[in-house]
Amino acid sequence: MARCKRPIDELIAEAFQGSEFALGRLLSLIEDGGAAADLISSHVFPYTGRARVIGITGAPGAGKSTLNNALVKELRTGDIRVAVLAVDPTSPYSGGAILGDRVRMASHVGDSKVFIRSVATRGHLGGLALSIPQAVRVLDAVGFDWIIIETVGVGQVELAISDTADTTIVVVNPGWGDDVQAAKAGLLEIADLFVINKADRAGAEQTKLDLQQMIELKTPTPTWQPPILMTVAIQGMGIGDVAANALRHHHWMEDSGRLVEQRDRTLWLEVENILTQRCIGKVRKQVQQTRSRSLRASFADRQLDPIKIANEIVDLVD
Amino acid sequence: MPAKVLVAKPGLDGHDRGAKMVARALRDAGFEVIYTGIRQQPAYIARIAAQEDVDIVGLSILSGAHLSMTKKTIDALRQAGANDVHVIVGGTVPTGDTSKLLAMGVSDVFPTGTTLEELVTRCKALVATSPEV
Repeated sequence: MARCKRPIDELIAEAFQGSEFALGRLLSLIEDGGAAADLISSHVFPYTGRARVIGITGAPGAGKSTLNNALVKELRTGDIRVAVLAVDPTSPYSGGAILGDRVRMASHVGDSKVFIRSVATRGHLGGLALSIPQAVRVLDAVGFDWIIIETVGVGQVELAISDTADTTIVVVNPGWGDDVQAAKAGLLEIADLFVINKADRAGAEQTKLDLQQMIELKTPTPTWQPPILMTVAIQGMGIGDVAANALRHHHWMEDSGRLVEQRDRTLWLEVENILTQRCIGKVRKQVQQTRSRSLRASFADRQLDPIKIANEIVDLVD
Repeated sequence: MPAKVLVAKPGLDGHDRGAKMVARALRDAGFEVIYTGIRQQPAYIARIAAQEDVDIVGLSILSGAHLSMTKKTIDALRQAGANDVHVIVGGTVPTGDTSKLLAMGVSDVFPTGTTLEELVTRCKALVATSPEV
């Protein structure tokens, strides 16, 4: 990479003073992982925990970026600072990505209190990039009041957002779901707020009814019923309601003690993930070594089977 | 790690077919491409480049304003502290203006007629070097 090497503590100091360039560079180092990312993460951690984190998820084309754009505008009052992490998929074929969410967020480029960063998934599944939790903490530490994470267009199994965000907004459209709600359980179960976007289209009321029935069937979280909100995000309709309910949910999380509980659980999960990643590295190395050392590197004669070899290696990895 | 490129269209011309084709070709070559949409101000392009921490800022200009738009963008980048970002220019650039752009600090120029293959090869070569800014 051609970028100048700058001392990390210098970058951190500048980012805390408001330099977008330094902040941008820190986020790149976080994305690239490794020792620099670890150093930054440890440095900023004591300053985190203040920002409110919203996740926006939903199917491709549901209007996540448009809703995000309108929500940023709604939250941006006075000195309130808002950061956006917009995740788009990396092509599994080329490793490249087109990060186009900014096209719908162009109206904020003149607002000095809005920071937008595009993030490619780089092969990570679950609708987010691996580095997102760490990126959120950097933004939190430098003083953003709200952080909005927009996932890639998701189906039913990309649920990582609900671990990372305090409040998860699931965006759907009229006509979505109908009578196959059960099949979509995954995405619906993580919603703290439902938004039926493009609600000026036919079928919005029916979709609301479907969602209501689905919520009633679900075992409710004590005292929190996900509200179902109607928006036409491109016209800014209903967005005030979304912002108000996101804030209401956040207050409920705080007052009920769930905020601390959920953040703790997520951080312990992160410890587990970090260790899992490291173990995978160790396992790979051990398998390679066993293979290159072994005189019987081929399974062709069927003298060994994978389970026996794995059992032999397990003791070595410990 | 994939290199990041910002594909931006400064100024008033709204023809972004070329920019979109370039974005697509770079993606297929393994770049992470951020696309801004049309009619961007140079100051805002610089701000986006800082927030996104890109390796290359690619300006697509067909309006004839390539000299002034490029100058403004480079000035704004320097002001934002982004001194190690390559700036490249593509579009309708008369042959005589290429040297003027290079003198401003532009790393490479891709006039209309440049093949996508050529563009990808030269962008890959660029990210391996530090810009002289």
